Amino acid sequence: MRANNVLGILFTDAYNDCISDLTALRTMGSVPFGGRYRFVDFTLSNMVNCGIAKVGVVTKSNYRSLMDHLGTGKPWDLSRKNKGLFLLPPFNRGMGMYKSRVDALRSAADFVRMSNEELVILSDANIVLNMDYGKLVEYHIEKKADITICCKEGKYPQLWDIMKLKTDDDGKITKITCSPSIEEGEGLFGVNIIVLRKAFLERIISEAANENYDSLERDFLMKSLSKLNVYAYKIDTFCSVIDSMQTYYDTSMALLNPENRKQIFDRDNPVYTKVNDDMPAIYGIGSNAKNSFIADGCKIEGEVENSILFRGVHIAKGASVKNSIVMQSCYIGEDSKLNCVIMDKYGTIRPRKSISGDTTYPIYIGKNITI
Amino acid sequence: MARKTECLAMLLAGGQGSRLGILTKKVAKPAVPYGGKYRIIDFPLSNCVNSGIYTVGVLTQYQPLELNDYIGNGQAWDLDRANGGVHILSPYQQIKGTDWYRGTANAIYQNINFIDRYNPEYVAVLSGDHIYKMDYSKMLMFHKANDAACTIAMLEVPWEEASRFGLMFTDDDGRITAFEEKPKNPKSNKASMGVYMFTWSKLREYLIADEEKEGSSNDFGKDVIPAMHEAGERLFAYPFDGYWKDVGTIDSLWEANLDLLNPVANIDLSDDTWKIYSNNPVTPPQYISSTAAVQNSLITGGSHIEGEIDYSVVFSNVTVEEDAEVKYSIVMPGAKIEKGAKVQYAMIAENAVVKSGAVVGEDPQECKDLNEWGVAVVGPNLTVGEKAKVKAKTMVTEDVKGGAEI
Repeated sequence: MRANNVLGILFTDAYNDCISDLTALRTMGSVPFGGRYRFVDFTLSNMVNCGIAKVGVVTKSNYRSLMDHLGTGKPWDLSRKNKGLFLLPPFNRGMGMYKSRVDALRSAADFVRMSNEELVILSDANIVLNMDYGKLVEYHIEKKADITICCKEGKYPQLWDIMKLKTDDDGKITKITCSPSIEEGEGLFGVNIIVLRKAFLERIISEAANENYDSLERDFLMKSLSKLNVYAYKIDTFCSVIDSMQTYYDTSMALLNPENRKQIFDRDNPVYTKVNDDMPAIYGIGSNAKNSFIADGCKIEGEVENSILFRGVHIAKGASVKNSIVMQSCYIGEDSKLNCVIMDKYGTIRPRKSISGDTTYPIYIGKNITI
Repeated sequence: MARKTECLAMLLAGGQGSRLGILTKKVAKPAVPYGGKYRIIDFPLSNCVNSGIYTVGVLTQYQPLELNDYIGNGQAWDLDRANGGVHILSPYQQIKGTDWYRGTANAIYQNINFIDRYNPEYVAVLSGDHIYKMDYSKMLMFHKANDAACTIAMLEVPWEEASRFGLMFTDDDGRITAFEEKPKNPKSNKASMGVYMFTWSKLREYLIADEEKEGSSNDFGKDVIPAMHEAGERLFAYPFDGYWKDVGTIDSLWEANLDLLNPVANIDLSDDTWKIYSNNPVTPPQYISSTAAVQNSLITGGSHIEGEIDYSVVFSNVTVEEDAEVKYSIVMPGAKIEKGAKVQYAMIAENAVVKSGAVVGEDPQECKDLNEWGVAVVGPNLTVGEKAKVKAKTMVTEDVKGGAEI
């Protein structure tokens, strides 16, 4: 189904702290991922690919990189006269900086009220997933659900307020447990992609204001579950919820697997991103590239293996990059060696340096750092 | 009414480019892919934008569908503008009947109305089939400083190649004193690059006069510019010394692509101050597998490389399977080179498939007679069957059956 009658709301700040190194200077949504993307591209592309034409992007702080990336929304076809992309930075009515999703929604209440769509999809930005939201909406309508929560079976993300779910055979959620602390374990858990009627969302927002809710999950969903039809929609394709540097690293490396790549970069549901008109990647004489995901604009004269290179990375002669993620416009000097490193944008490794982490503990090198 | 524009550009993109054979069967020459992620027309369009010319008329005639589609509203070149921007100008029906563009000058003549809307002082006339990076604003300054009626960009070419070009003779000030069109024994090596800057009031006058002249071929090089010269107008040659290549033939297109890998060739696409923009499909980054061996090549996003690539230009969404070899070749978007296939000294057009074990092209060193050697071409959407063999200089225009030799 084409989800024409759906409003998208994207929270770009949710769980910023879980990869605090990468989000020190940016929002979760604008964290670079997969060679040429930022996290927000995945959810945003999912939304527009299924026909959503109006998307509100909720931001809190450090959103310059996000604004720069999204621009007018043109790459997602969201630069429109009618509908399109709306950036929703904090809108202060004397409430102070918002602390939770409920707070953020309250400050965006006008945006929600002024929209004509019947349904709303709420989504966080720390999710790598290529999914047809049309099917999700279809499921929501078919089940006559009040709320549908996308969920996944597996290890619980190491994040607070994760909803652990129990369902009956029909997919109806019978029990939600959710704690403000982090819990280990495995099972069915909600990834924060939720569908509900717009009118219902407005009701929740005003109720939250009246009763001073902190958490949508704990203060509303858990308490009201028995009175509502809440359904679980199981995701059956590649889906990763980023909860730490380690999952960021592991999810990046998962792109080297062709089956995962096929699911994430589906040709019929492309992942859109800002276009930069770099020239094709150039491989010099004596270069050696193996099992790597390489963006345009790279210049490779040395060795690269099991790695993700963002646009404009230059690997000089004799340098070797292994099991690493190297972001935009980094320079790896002659005869330098990197192993299990996450290198943020515009970094420089001078010649003959050697930096090595471990696949279970990748080393992070900050933005603009010269070593 | 559009706002007054100081200088607008008219881009001649109607040419068939018949010497490119199968590559231009369905598309106009300016839409032919080049350099991994570009098409030829990206160069003049990007030059315009980088030079501050934001009003561009693109004159199309031959097979315009793909070109129109590619240019769209011009957004990829920042040419979607409130005033000006890119305009596709096709021949149209008029009260006195329908007329195709009969020559380069006639094409501009038929669009005098378009140009007049912007009331420009100067009009740049560019051709859509050259690869070069040039600042037209500098040329315009030169044109103004000389108070010229027409300025022609000029390149000094090697003497042995001079006979292929329209040549110019200039005095010490750069003023053109004489022309020579493709002479057998050239006395000058100053070739015209097909880039003209006109003072619009002058050009308008000569276009109308040329149109009324019987037997005129309505061509800039043959009719309009000689007429201006005879009438004593101030014509100047603007010297240019960067990379410039006419990609009118299979061999020159192949060479121009490989020039990108040749440090001596002096064409650098990585320069951020003079970017070449293009309208590209949305693709993930390229994947180079553990079985791949890539040397001295350009590869573009969305490609999946498992085989061996050497001294080649690979476009977007190309698949090269294990044990396949691509050498000294150009592989255009969406093409697939299957297991164990060998592509050498060849151009594989868009979405063509070279099945496993097939061999396309020949190494000139293994060729007995060098006169017989040339670049092999497989046309768009065609298949070269399993273990088929395509000889050097062959142009594949229909599917090749498995095991066949052509």
